[in-house]
Amino acid sequence: MKLPLVGDPKAIVDQGLEGVDHNFVTGKLEDLVKWSRARSCWPATFGLACCAIEMMATGGAHYDLARYGMEVFRASPRQADLMIVAGRVSQKMAPILRRIYDQMMEPKWVISMGVCASSGGMFNNYAIVQGVDQIVPVDVYAPGCPPGPETLMHAILTLHDKITSGEITRRRDETGAGANLTVDQRDGQSSTGVVIRT
Amino acid sequence: MTATDAAVRRRDDSAVLRISEDDGERLEAESNASDTSMIMNMGPQHPSTHGVLRLMLEMEGETVMRSKPVIGYLHTGMEKTAETLTYLQGPTNVTRMDYASPLFSELAFSMATEALLGLEVPPRAVWIRMLMCELNRISSHLLFQATNGMDIGAVSMMIYGWREREEALRLLETITGLRMNHNFIRPGGVAADLPDGWRDEVLTLIDALPARLNEFDTLLTGQPIYRERLQGVGVINTAECLALGVTGPILRSTGYAWDLRRDMPYLAYDQMDFDVVVGTYGDCFDRYAIRLNEIRESIRILAQILDQMPTGDYRVQDKKVTPPPRARIDESMEALIHHFKIFTEGFKVPAGEVYAAVESPRGELGCYMVSDGSAVPYRMHIRGPSFVNLQTLPHMMQGGMVADAVAIISSVDPIMGEVDR
Amino acid sequence: MNDSVLHVPRDQLTETVAGLRDEGYVSVLDVTAVDYLEHPGRTDLPPEVSPERFELVVTLISHAAPGRVRLRVQVPADDPTVATLFDLYPGTEALEREVADMFGIVFEGHPDPSRILMPPDWEGHPLRKDFSVGQIPVQFKATQ
Repeated sequence: MKLPLVGDPKAIVDQGLEGVDHNFVTGKLEDLVKWSRARSCWPATFGLACCAIEMMATGGAHYDLARYGMEVFRASPRQADLMIVAGRVSQKMAPILRRIYDQMMEPKWVISMGVCASSGGMFNNYAIVQGVDQIVPVDVYAPGCPPGPETLMHAILTLHDKITSGEITRRRDETGAGANLTVDQRDGQSSTGVVIRT
Repeated sequence: MTATDAAVRRRDDSAVLRISEDDGERLEAESNASDTSMIMNMGPQHPSTHGVLRLMLEMEGETVMRSKPVIGYLHTGMEKTAETLTYLQGPTNVTRMDYASPLFSELAFSMATEALLGLEVPPRAVWIRMLMCELNRISSHLLFQATNGMDIGAVSMMIYGWREREEALRLLETITGLRMNHNFIRPGGVAADLPDGWRDEVLTLIDALPARLNEFDTLLTGQPIYRERLQGVGVINTAECLALGVTGPILRSTGYAWDLRRDMPYLAYDQMDFDVVVGTYGDCFDRYAIRLNEIRESIRILAQILDQMPTGDYRVQDKKVTPPPRARIDESMEALIHHFKIFTEGFKVPAGEVYAAVESPRGELGCYMVSDGSAVPYRMHIRGPSFVNLQTLPHMMQGGMVADAVAIISSVDPIMGEVDR
Repeated sequence: MNDSVLHVPRDQLTETVAGLRDEGYVSVLDVTAVDYLEHPGRTDLPPEVSPERFELVVTLISHAAPGRVRLRVQVPADDPTVATLFDLYPGTEALEREVADMFGIVFEGHPDPSRILMPPDWEGHPLRKDFSVGQIPVQFKATQ
């Protein structure tokens, strides 16, 4: 067959499944698995407080989380890979949060969204768990009160990178702990480039 | 029936299920197919419970008999924390209660503090407060439209609701610097003057919104499936609402016109021309329609505010409560010390107690404050409308389907941060 | 904000509220309490009212002649019990449960005297002044 001209997108012919006959990609199965894990990361709805509103806004029309294959917020933890702890975790909620985390299938990841989930935030008192990392292993901490949709997306993309590179899964196998990544707050600020601290 | 009989009846033959959480879990586990009724737990992690509300439902087949809302899963101890924060830090705390309409909590807190201080807020601050509150009412009701649509199954409504809300949030961000939890209304006035070009931005928003609200009408109001799902569901009458202490759109949906903005005016609402939207049947559809039309009324109010916004100070010029202007701090040692003292020690508020209330998108939001003469409140209590309104759930749900329960929770529009505080 | 304030003896609370209901106070807006443990010398009480540790604050609203009335009831620490208002205004159920949970004031005759905000097995009443805020010291350190 005649090959399409390089650099001319119109010349590429969509041959459907027939094209598979004479095209192939080599690679490791592991890479394919990691790639697909990162690109269909379904979050569990774990909206608690203010951050939940921003999490829903991220899924809304303007920020469109669907771009990353993430719009399917699953109500059942059994169908979810990622738990976004969005808001303050009270002492009464903590056992339930752990139960829902335990119900999720491996491999699973946790994003701690906002300062209340990460450290208790301004509510340093009897009612609030001072950091959700006391209950579940956290992979990415997103700062802000609440973090804007940009920051949440930044946290999610950081997580995707780490899933694709396999770093997180290796560490989880070795120590059982979360990745403890901290991302910078991105909303409403001038771009300073991505700074990821591990 | 005498009053005593009515009281006895309310206790025994009530819609409210009064069993403990542990019993609820045990009965849920023990119930089997041969039982005539079973206990079902819904939440606290459930997509339609608006956060972390938990419901214990006593079911007969698909029908809800009695129910009990179980709350406290978001209890944040804010009233305790408020006793450690100065009056200037207080709005930072209360703004996180009702996170869909944070400015109203700030306003109630500030009004209570000002009443204790005996402060008169300058006119421009009053009008800026009113402007911000109406913008916030719009964004809050748009959030309701989005989540209500999502709960009912009109998922495209969620997309549209968020799209419009994003426009309102952008405006709030321009003025306050934050999308949520603004901490903008503070004792003595507001945090900053309106930025350049605010008028054009508000105009852009209120010009664009009516057409989009008409889209909502096309999408939902006249749609047979949507009406079928909401009309006649979750009916409550005026007498029940008043007995339960319910305020806001739920009370108005029963045809009872009560709105603090009109009936007990605060800020400058007595100079505003607007209508109090009421319903007829007290069902979920009325509550939806009231909130939609309240957005239109807010747009009317905003247009009047744009015309009449006075000039002047945006915060009271009282050295005791107002930090010196930023430029003065660079020149004057006294101003620097003054600034430092206000933000570290705070200002002392005369001893006394006061209750100040505003009409939030969910009803009467009150702030009860006790001062012992020091720089932190001795006691700060927020009367959250969602907390009281939640008590209507068992009465609305009784006899309905479990699927209607979702519509009813949504129509009450509870914000759990305000319920649990 | 020009609410009228009534100081009601504890044993007359129910009658007073019933009387106010007949006068057109249609709703109980709020039931809350204050623990005056650390502020005993308060001066805003009339001379005939002797201050006690707890004060129950009930806010009612009248719609016909718009206005609120606030009832302040002194509740002693050694016998923190008050009669429930549930039979007059069923809307006080959750509010009274909150006061019972947060202050340990017992409402006699309340249909569901369980905790509302704290877990059922929680010990203590958080909004009492002798219950600590529960702050843990925060250690600030730079991120590596």
